[in-house]
Amino acid sequence: MRNDLAQIHDWIPEGARVLDLACGDGTLLASLKETKQVFGYGLEIDPDNISACVARGVNVIEQNVDDGLANFADDTFDRVVMSQALQVLRRPDRALEEMMRVSREAIITFPNFAYWRHRLHLGLKGRMPVSKSLPHAWYDTPNIHLSTFADFERLCRAQGLKIIDRAVGNGDHEPHPAATWWPNLFGEVAIFRVCRDNCPPDQR
Amino acid sequence: MLETFTTMPDSLPPDSVGLVTPQTAHFDTPLELACGRRLEQYSLVYETYGELNADASNAILICHALTGHHHAAGYHAMSDRKPGWWDDYIGPGKPIDTSRFFVIALNNIGGCHGSTGPTSINPETGEQWGPDFPLVTVPDWVESQKRLAESLGITRFAAVVGGSLGGMQALQWVMDHPDRVGHVAIIACTPKLSAQNIAFNEVARQAIRSDPEFHDGWYSRVDAVPKRGLKLARMVGHITYLSEHSMGTKFGRDLRQDRLNFGYDVDFQVESYLRHQGDTFSTAFDANTYLLMTKALDYFDPAATAGDDLSAAMAPISCPVLVVSFTTDWRFAPSRSRELVNAMIHAGKSVSYANIDSPHGHDAFLLPGERYETVLGNFLTRAYDHACGAQATQKPSTKETSHA
Repeated sequence: MRNDLAQIHDWIPEGARVLDLACGDGTLLASLKETKQVFGYGLEIDPDNISACVARGVNVIEQNVDDGLANFADDTFDRVVMSQALQVLRRPDRALEEMMRVSREAIITFPNFAYWRHRLHLGLKGRMPVSKSLPHAWYDTPNIHLSTFADFERLCRAQGLKIIDRAVGNGDHEPHPAATWWPNLFGEVAIFRVCRDNCPPDQR
Repeated sequence: MLETFTTMPDSLPPDSVGLVTPQTAHFDTPLELACGRRLEQYSLVYETYGELNADASNAILICHALTGHHHAAGYHAMSDRKPGWWDDYIGPGKPIDTSRFFVIALNNIGGCHGSTGPTSINPETGEQWGPDFPLVTVPDWVESQKRLAESLGITRFAAVVGGSLGGMQALQWVMDHPDRVGHVAIIACTPKLSAQNIAFNEVARQAIRSDPEFHDGWYSRVDAVPKRGLKLARMVGHITYLSEHSMGTKFGRDLRQDRLNFGYDVDFQVESYLRHQGDTFSTAFDANTYLLMTKALDYFDPAATAGDDLSAAMAPISCPVLVVSFTTDWRFAPSRSRELVNAMIHAGKSVSYANIDSPHGHDAFLLPGERYETVLGNFLTRAYDHACGAQATQKPSTKETSHA
């Protein structure tokens, strides 16, 4: 399993109800179901991924996160997961609002545009960064809303959200001492745990 | 015999279930119907493909749509020009894999392909039931299917699968008998007909009922057939099965002869096609059955008995559900499937949903389609592993997750 998924896996309690946005081939949900008796749904739009989820016995709904989560009632879930998808959404702010409506807590991963290599790329070369975490050229990238850790934290504050935890790492989601010291400069990707400010502590 | 003059193939396709023979099961236990009447006795004609395993755990039930029947796969004779109506999906190695599953397809009560229906003899009168045959509903069919299963020694299906009206039966199954179904696939379906759906059905019924040959449904007494009515009913129905796109691609504005005729005979190819479809159907289908089947569609509304709360109606479901829709289906559009899916999500059910990109409209559920076949096949592989105790073949490696 990818390092980021492994970290997310650890942060999800036994028996939780989980919504995985852009769930890919269902690896995370299948493993959570198997090892933690998690009940969940994955949202996905890629046909091959949907077929793979069905093969794994993962509940997958063909649905575009950009269209909202109106079909999920408030507080349906204990955790909502969004791995490497925030930056491809049309309106990440609205998606975040929706996520925090359907779940008490969200786990979100995205690449840090303020990573030092990205800054160098832009600052010295004068060109849009291309890296392990941002592998596309500017013209064909699906990443239409890139942000930095600092930007994301501001958005969370603006929406009255509390950051409970944060795991910062390199492009492979491996922890790095420098990233812990100055995450917004030395962290390439991060996994944020976010909850509503008024959210009661998890009873699980 | 015409058949003897056509060339007979020496062999059937290797992925065909081959030659099949319909069977008939007779039931003497009265069937109480939703309409308040009851059938004292009835017969169901059915076909099976594949082998039932020792503990009868590998059975799949196929529920048919409006004009479907028990001949879902294979051939009745080497001279048959076409296989059963869902042959693309049923056979060895196909999504409904007969090398693993024992597949049952039947003709529903009220049908005109051998099961008790309007063309059967009413034992009380000694003549055909005709229009006097009781209106049967989707729940009635499910009850009769349950009895057929029991007669074959099957107390639990590995899966129940159906498209369109067949999907309604599949859905009814898991609401009425959740303990008897392991997996359910509901394809190109809707939780209830819209006003527009009912309107189309009513046009079809009026076409039949206003045919002078209909004789209030007693046409068989006078050896008549309301062919014109049936033809019109089929023509209007057929339009709703295709998408505007598929009709456009198939026919466009192509003329049958290279000029306009300035008359009311066929100008455009699409007219010719619809007339042909209507003509063929009018000699092959019973008018009273068509009326009855369209009413069964109209009446289907599982939410009605749950205070119009569809998710409350879904509450009994206990097995994994697959819902499939097709992008260009406007008869039962993807939004109708999503209603169903969302009601199941709201009820906390295990449901997956795929909206298959297809140009073929409602008919897509009957036609080959790579993505559709894969999704359905994957789902039924799960159904098999679950029902027949095989080690799940698609589990992600558990070693990778051992960090948790």
